[in-house]
Amino acid sequence: MREVAVIGIGMTKFGELWDKSFRDLVAEAGIKAIMDAGIEGKDIDAMYIGGMSSGGFVEQEHVAPLAIEVAGLEDFHIPATRVEGACASGGIAMRQGYMAIASGIHDIVLVGGAEKMTDVVGTEATNVLASAADREWEAFFGMTFPGLYALMARYHMHKYGTTQEQLASVAVKNHYNGSMNPNAQFNRKISIEDVLSSPMVADPLHLLDCSPITDGAAAAILAPLDIAKKYTDKIVKVLASTQASDTISLHNRKRFDALPAAIHAARQAYKMAGVEPKDIDVAEVHDCFTIAEIMAIEDLGFFEKGEGGKATEDGLTAIDGELPVNTSGGLKAKGHPVGATGVAQVNEIVMQLRGEAGKRQVKDAEIGLTHNVGGSGGTAVVHILGVI
Amino acid sequence: MMAVPRYWREIPARYNLIGKRCKICGNIYFPPRSICPVCRRKSVGQMEDYKLKGTGVVESYTVIHVPPPHFEGEEPYIMALIKLDEGTYVTGQIVECDEKEVHIGMRVRATFRKIMEDGEKGAIYYGYKFVKEE
Amino acid sequence: MKHFYTSFYFHFDNMVAIVGYGAYVPRYRIKVEEIARMWGDDATSISRGLGINEKSVPAIDEDTATIAVEAARRAVKSAGIDAGEIGAIYVGSESHPYAVKPTATIVAEAIGATPYLTAADYEFACKAGTAGMQNCIALVKAGMIKYGMAIGADVAQAAPGDALEYTAAAGGAAYIIGKDGIATINETASFTTDTPDFWRREGQPYPGHGERFTGEPAYYRHITNAARLLMEKMGTKPSDYDYAIFHQPNGKFPRRVAKMLGFNDEQIKPGLLCPIIGNTYSGSAMLGLAATLDVAKAGDHIIMVSFGSGAGSDAFDITVTNAIESYPRQNIRKMIEKKEYVDYGLYMKYRGEI
Repeated sequence: MREVAVIGIGMTKFGELWDKSFRDLVAEAGIKAIMDAGIEGKDIDAMYIGGMSSGGFVEQEHVAPLAIEVAGLEDFHIPATRVEGACASGGIAMRQGYMAIASGIHDIVLVGGAEKMTDVVGTEATNVLASAADREWEAFFGMTFPGLYALMARYHMHKYGTTQEQLASVAVKNHYNGSMNPNAQFNRKISIEDVLSSPMVADPLHLLDCSPITDGAAAAILAPLDIAKKYTDKIVKVLASTQASDTISLHNRKRFDALPAAIHAARQAYKMAGVEPKDIDVAEVHDCFTIAEIMAIEDLGFFEKGEGGKATEDGLTAIDGELPVNTSGGLKAKGHPVGATGVAQVNEIVMQLRGEAGKRQVKDAEIGLTHNVGGSGGTAVVHILGVI
Repeated sequence: MMAVPRYWREIPARYNLIGKRCKICGNIYFPPRSICPVCRRKSVGQMEDYKLKGTGVVESYTVIHVPPPHFEGEEPYIMALIKLDEGTYVTGQIVECDEKEVHIGMRVRATFRKIMEDGEKGAIYYGYKFVKEE
Repeated sequence: MKHFYTSFYFHFDNMVAIVGYGAYVPRYRIKVEEIARMWGDDATSISRGLGINEKSVPAIDEDTATIAVEAARRAVKSAGIDAGEIGAIYVGSESHPYAVKPTATIVAEAIGATPYLTAADYEFACKAGTAGMQNCIALVKAGMIKYGMAIGADVAQAAPGDALEYTAAAGGAAYIIGKDGIATINETASFTTDTPDFWRREGQPYPGHGERFTGEPAYYRHITNAARLLMEKMGTKPSDYDYAIFHQPNGKFPRRVAKMLGFNDEQIKPGLLCPIIGNTYSGSAMLGLAATLDVAKAGDHIIMVSFGSGAGSDAFDITVTNAIESYPRQNIRKMIEKKEYVDYGLYMKYRGEI
């Protein structure tokens, strides 16, 4: 198996981008990554794009060749594939690129993720997102996505004494981090009081416990490590790429205080990379809701199960804490264009490992981790990246 | 508007909580499953219909304030993760219960309610919701 | 001897009885004074005039089908029968959720009576449920079915601001009819004419009515005639009955018609639910009978007369049997006591008006 490197990254600003279409976003992120890598379009052998529901959001499927077309690369006739795993679509695209190179089938691969979510009205966006849950046995009965995480939040609170303030502290930290990220949807710092006084979405989750509806795209260029140097000096190695699945419905899970798929993917990733949780210097985790980050940092082995809320409240996951989490602002403040998220997480970790994260730079970051979740935990993708 | 068969075929489960029982291991599944995840290939063709009692206990709950399109106007409403007495879990709405009253451990039983209407002209879909067991 | 045997056999073979009953009234209520506040009416005089204090309101996710199912499930459970042995289901209502597509099939499926049965929806203003009972009686007597189920259920419509708004309520009752059970149905009689005292045109959301015309020529004429015809057939007089139930469009009409026929307040008291739940239309007389059966003893003699605008009345002569003693009675009045008040805004929302 060949070793794989990330040689280029690019992303759009995340936010409510009224003037940009799905195509505009895809083109912008792709071109930025190509230019960052110092490659030319003709060097690309294959492309994988992650998107949850371009059909639901902009009534457009078959978006992989569309991405090739908007990038002006159609004359090379490279294989272009869209992958879908709800909010983990981007992470899956990244892993597809990794596997294509590791296996020796392709050399240079463009991976991307994109979602244009503001072309539908609010309740319709909620409805599209609900299709990441079990439509027939959850959504049909009135369950929503925030609702599913709210069930997990309540369960976690009941079992471990996790508090609303601890949930809110995730949002406060991520908004603080996002205030230093020019690509973030929200650059506004918030307080615990702001979170607790924001409108209730699905009790106990307030509006500010939830990631927003976001437009955005992100991309990365992957290459075999041995030929990466031909193009750039800014090389980050992929130490592990793992993916796991579980039931799509929450009610069929073995437990409700964790995402078993994430635990599984993380264990495999640590094994593959030959590292332990304590070796991770910086992590981007899937905080679609504040409770999701608390469960994530437990599932990833950073903290004991049930300790995630307290750890966050105590500042252990702040940029200057013992394990900085979601330095980009996370899904919460950076924004969550669902299909783009997994690749955007890779963008942030690559920036951190290259020392390009500016005001939010984690000192001496050498190993970083991304944790990307689809639905309420039906899919989990973990990547571990390292400096060489 | 969705085609009616999509909902029609689920009527036994949604009206009467008809789930499945694996004849090999005896595990009961609701919502119905066609393959038992414990017995797997041995369970093929061995999953029999099984009517659940519809009683259970709240394992977790939330109050939905931002509903999906088909539930607009019904919010706020309580959604719960319910452990049925047969041991399987189900997601369902709890009606006729105050937000302050619902709690983890509360006993509930299934009732028959309108779940959604497919617009003004489409079909009306019914199914289970839950009420406090008294 | 042969004659006696034949006669006995004939009689036995034609016995028909209520095997079980179930009732359902939604949990929500709105007070007359709350509706009166909305329209600047004098609540006290309306309350006194209509003989009603409050009415039931269906939840946002309740309709005639869900009410019918709840009542039917209670009836099946109390009767302890196998729902698969029910050969006919008739649901009487003037607020079927579909204009075309039966409520009865929803009920049949939800109680597990499908697929070997006949089913249909009936509409005859407030008496469609009792018309269903007569059909079940006939089918059982004819030996065509073992059990039949007749349901009267409504989520009655009323235009905001119309006088009907004070009374139009929601509720229903289901009866399982078979050869023998908790109450024998001795006789039934009907009186029907074409009297348009109340109607709802196809496609219209609210009914129209003839105001005071709904009284003498409609309600009183049909009920008194049906009741007298029944008593004539049975050779009975009002004092022979322990209990009487008359359709309850408000709290006043049934009291007055009882007096006109020679019944007293004590006879109608157990079944008079209108003052506390309003007019449940197709559910009205049948809920009244259910509340009466809740308190009846073996041997009690009951008369029930429904009324449906348009117009007609069905009268029933019923004798409670020993089987009532071991029957798990539901206690409808207790169910009605579990209530929650809504204001006019919530009432409008629950009724889907806003």
